[in-house]
Amino acid sequence: MDTNRLDLFRGTLDVLILKSLMWGPLHGYSITDFIRRQSEDVLLVEEGTLYPALWRLESKGLVEAEWGLSENNRKAKFYQLTAAGKRRLRQESSNWEAYVTAVAKVLNAPRLTSPEKPA
Amino acid sequence: MKRSPLWRRYARLLGSDPAADVNDELRFHLEAKTDDLIRRGWLPDAARQEAERQFGDIRTVQHIGERLGETMESRQRFKDYLVECDRDIRYTLRSLRNNRGFAAVAILVLALGIGVNAAVFSVVNTLLLRPLPFPESGRLVWFTGGKSLSQKIQAEAGLSGRTYTADAYEEFKRNNQSFQAVTAYQTFYSSLQYKLTGSGEPRQLSTVEVADNFFSTLGIQPAMGRDFTREECQKGGRPAALLSYYFWKNQFAGDPAIVGKTVTVNGKSLTVVGVLPVSFDFGSVFAPGMKVDMFVPAVMDFWRTWGNTLAVVGRLKPGVSLLQAQDEADRLFPHLKQIHPDWYEDYASALTTLKDHVSGQLRRSLVMLWFAVGVILLIVCVNLSNLQLSRAAARGKELAMRRALGASRGRLIRQLLTESLVLSIAGAALGLCFAFAIVYYIAHQGTMTLPLLASIRVDAASLGWTLLIAVMVGVLFGFAPALKMSGSNIQLALKDNASGMAAGRSHQRFRSTLVISEIGLACVLLVGAGLLLRSFLRVLDVDLGFEPSHAASMQVDYDDGGKLAARGPNLQEILRRVSALPGIESAGIADMLPLDRNRSWGLDAVGGVTSKDRDDSALVYLVTPGYIPTMQMHLRAGRDFAWSDTPDTQHVIIINEAAARREWPGQNPIGKMANGVEKNPVRVIGVIADVHESSLESASSPEVYIPMTQNSDTEGATLVVRTRVAPALLASSVLGALRSLNPSQPATEFRPLQGLVDHAVSPRRFFVLLVTIFAGLGVLLAALGIYGVISYSVTQKTQEIGVRMALGATNGRVMRDVLFGTLLLTLAGIALGTVASLAVSRLIGSLLFSTSPWDAETFLAMVLMLATVALVSGYFPARRASRVSPMTALRNS
Repeated sequence: MDTNRLDLFRGTLDVLILKSLMWGPLHGYSITDFIRRQSEDVLLVEEGTLYPALWRLESKGLVEAEWGLSENNRKAKFYQLTAAGKRRLRQESSNWEAYVTAVAKVLNAPRLTSPEKPA
Repeated sequence: MKRSPLWRRYARLLGSDPAADVNDELRFHLEAKTDDLIRRGWLPDAARQEAERQFGDIRTVQHIGERLGETMESRQRFKDYLVECDRDIRYTLRSLRNNRGFAAVAILVLALGIGVNAAVFSVVNTLLLRPLPFPESGRLVWFTGGKSLSQKIQAEAGLSGRTYTADAYEEFKRNNQSFQAVTAYQTFYSSLQYKLTGSGEPRQLSTVEVADNFFSTLGIQPAMGRDFTREECQKGGRPAALLSYYFWKNQFAGDPAIVGKTVTVNGKSLTVVGVLPVSFDFGSVFAPGMKVDMFVPAVMDFWRTWGNTLAVVGRLKPGVSLLQAQDEADRLFPHLKQIHPDWYEDYASALTTLKDHVSGQLRRSLVMLWFAVGVILLIVCVNLSNLQLSRAAARGKELAMRRALGASRGRLIRQLLTESLVLSIAGAALGLCFAFAIVYYIAHQGTMTLPLLASIRVDAASLGWTLLIAVMVGVLFGFAPALKMSGSNIQLALKDNASGMAAGRSHQRFRSTLVISEIGLACVLLVGAGLLLRSFLRVLDVDLGFEPSHAASMQVDYDDGGKLAARGPNLQEILRRVSALPGIESAGIADMLPLDRNRSWGLDAVGGVTSKDRDDSALVYLVTPGYIPTMQMHLRAGRDFAWSDTPDTQHVIIINEAAARREWPGQNPIGKMANGVEKNPVRVIGVIADVHESSLESASSPEVYIPMTQNSDTEGATLVVRTRVAPALLASSVLGALRSLNPSQPATEFRPLQGLVDHAVSPRRFFVLLVTIFAGLGVLLAALGIYGVISYSVTQKTQEIGVRMALGATNGRVMRDVLFGTLLLTLAGIALGTVASLAVSRLIGSLLFSTSPWDAETFLAMVLMLATVALVSGYFPARRASRVSPMTALRNS
């Protein structure tokens, strides 16, 4: 495995899937494709985790599925965000951003300057 | 409801298959990946392999997918089911709203049927199914003495034959191995009078004397204060009392500081040591119809010389069965008798659970009631089936249309069942209201001698039962019509005109069957009720041996310091003053009244046969001169007592005919001498006709009447007056007369003597009343059914009738035909019902009194009544048929 490719945190995959469906229905393969391309080949979603994650989202009612035809006329299962899914996406995105900002702040912190204990 | 996604809908065409869905989806993924790889220059085979390699463990993913798919599938199916139910219920409500008349009748009929069932179940549950209101009541055992005596002798000995001496009780208690505790109470409640003074008017307290461990054995903790201590139950112990909850509430206004206070009873002060919990009702378990005010310790040393007076109750050790205990009692009592040769009898005892003792003899009656309401429920089902079918005619077209449009037969049945279930649940809800009312009424019949009466209520079990029968009824009455309606020929139904004639014929046959069975069931109910009613009338007709009407009784208190010589003049003065009051025709005093408590002593003719096994017991009544004529007992020979029968003259008795038959068969007993009553032989001076002393339904036992002027061993004193005036109006003047002699005479009410008789017949009256009401209900419902069916068939035949009348049939002819049809149905139903009744009446044979289970008159009367009701309910539709105007009928077609 490539060193600059990152393993996804559990739970992060869900929000990425929801995000990828933001602009319309996609089938499973194009979801992996989307995530790979958007992350510029850094995030690779394994099929073995993608599909169970998708089905869980479906059974929770965050996405719904419909059979349709793919670009090359094959029968494929398309997933689409439900209203609940959209709400969840918004909420998870803002959670994630807050988290990232907080982590970044800590990581980028300059040398510790404590007001109580002057150097 | 959210619309289900399209793919699901078309996946449904061939039935859904989550596994195939998962498979398809993953295959698409692999193909897409392979295509991609090929586009990037891979060879097809290598591309496919690479795609599969990248995917990893496809099996596991597939497995997860299938599982999730199945969960979603079943969830969806459930949701769909709910949606359909919701739709069915909405549809039902809509169609019922459009058909309010039908809905109202159906719900009312159901409510009646389910209501009486819920009410009777509540009674049965309390009396038969639910345990007694004591902790671990299953281990409580009731002792009935006199097992070795024949039944006849047992009856003759009255209460004395079934109870125990203090010695027998204490010896058994000390020596048995089976019981954790054995306790007793004094059954002759009024042997000692308890008169409360010092707070308002003097008052007679209804008091029960109990052994020291009575409450602990039953598992009753006083709500306030404490139980009796051992010392308080010994001779010379500090007088103590426990109050019943109601008495504490009523007499002491629920005084929270009552414990430790003293009350004055019989001029002595008694310490209230506690108040019993509200849940403990002595009367409801041990003495139905009695309300106890106070409990005091039974001092065994005092009762030791009194003969059989104690009722014994035991609590089995855990793990010991009733049979084991019975076995031990069978061995222990004879053994004890050997050790104590002075014991009067061997106290062979029959042990039963306390529950059986309390409600055992009611079992048959209750099962009969249960059966009766079950029959009513069946009639209700039949009736509603009929009503549903009538609607079917109107809805046949609609249903056929729905089937033609693709609804499956199962779907239609489900929908029709939903309708009947909605109706039956609504009926059950209303029925529960009825049940609550009925149960409330029954539970507040305080004077009825039914045990546990006050604790009858509609509880969780009754609610569960009601729900159960509601669902059963819904399915039962909905199923047959649903099958019939959904199965009818679509084409015929659609083609046919609006009245739905096609289904009509076969429906009509089915409906006739229903009506016949309905009449049959009603017939069974009517005959059963008729037999019980006749028994009841026979019981009321029994010659009591005394005249209860226009007579009343009142407890009297006299104080002669226990000197027998003073008693005669004292009582004579009381009676003289009372008799002198305006409105009073005559008066007398007895220690006990017939149909009330009783006790037995011995009675042996001097010089008669004496054998060891011979029963010589006789019920004993101590009375004053004038009592026997006041009661209008019939003096067959000899004379009444006189005030001149004093302690110093020859002691005399009066006996009844049963005693005369036993002791002096074929002889004139007047002037004969008898032993067993007193130390010295007494002379028989009179014979009276038999008096029903313990029950209206059993034969009289030998009785002995002893003048109060010659024997001081009284069990209290009750004044009986004969008057044409309402007793209540006399109460104050009589009380005044009594108080002028004895200022501490407690305030008591006049009780009409008729009350004793009513009390004695109250259980039978109760059951007869209920069964009669149920039978009436059954007949009413049957009549409704007949009316419905005949009326419906007339509506259907309107055209036919019109044609016939146009061709010259007269009104009378048409009417006769309809009535004839009704009569045929009725006769078939009655024939069926009579056969069933013959079987059923044998089962209730033991509940009847001097009435044969095949009492021809009752059968005939009931059959005639049912036929009349049937013809009357057929008459109205028949009249309508005869008024059909041929022109209108024909024009409408």
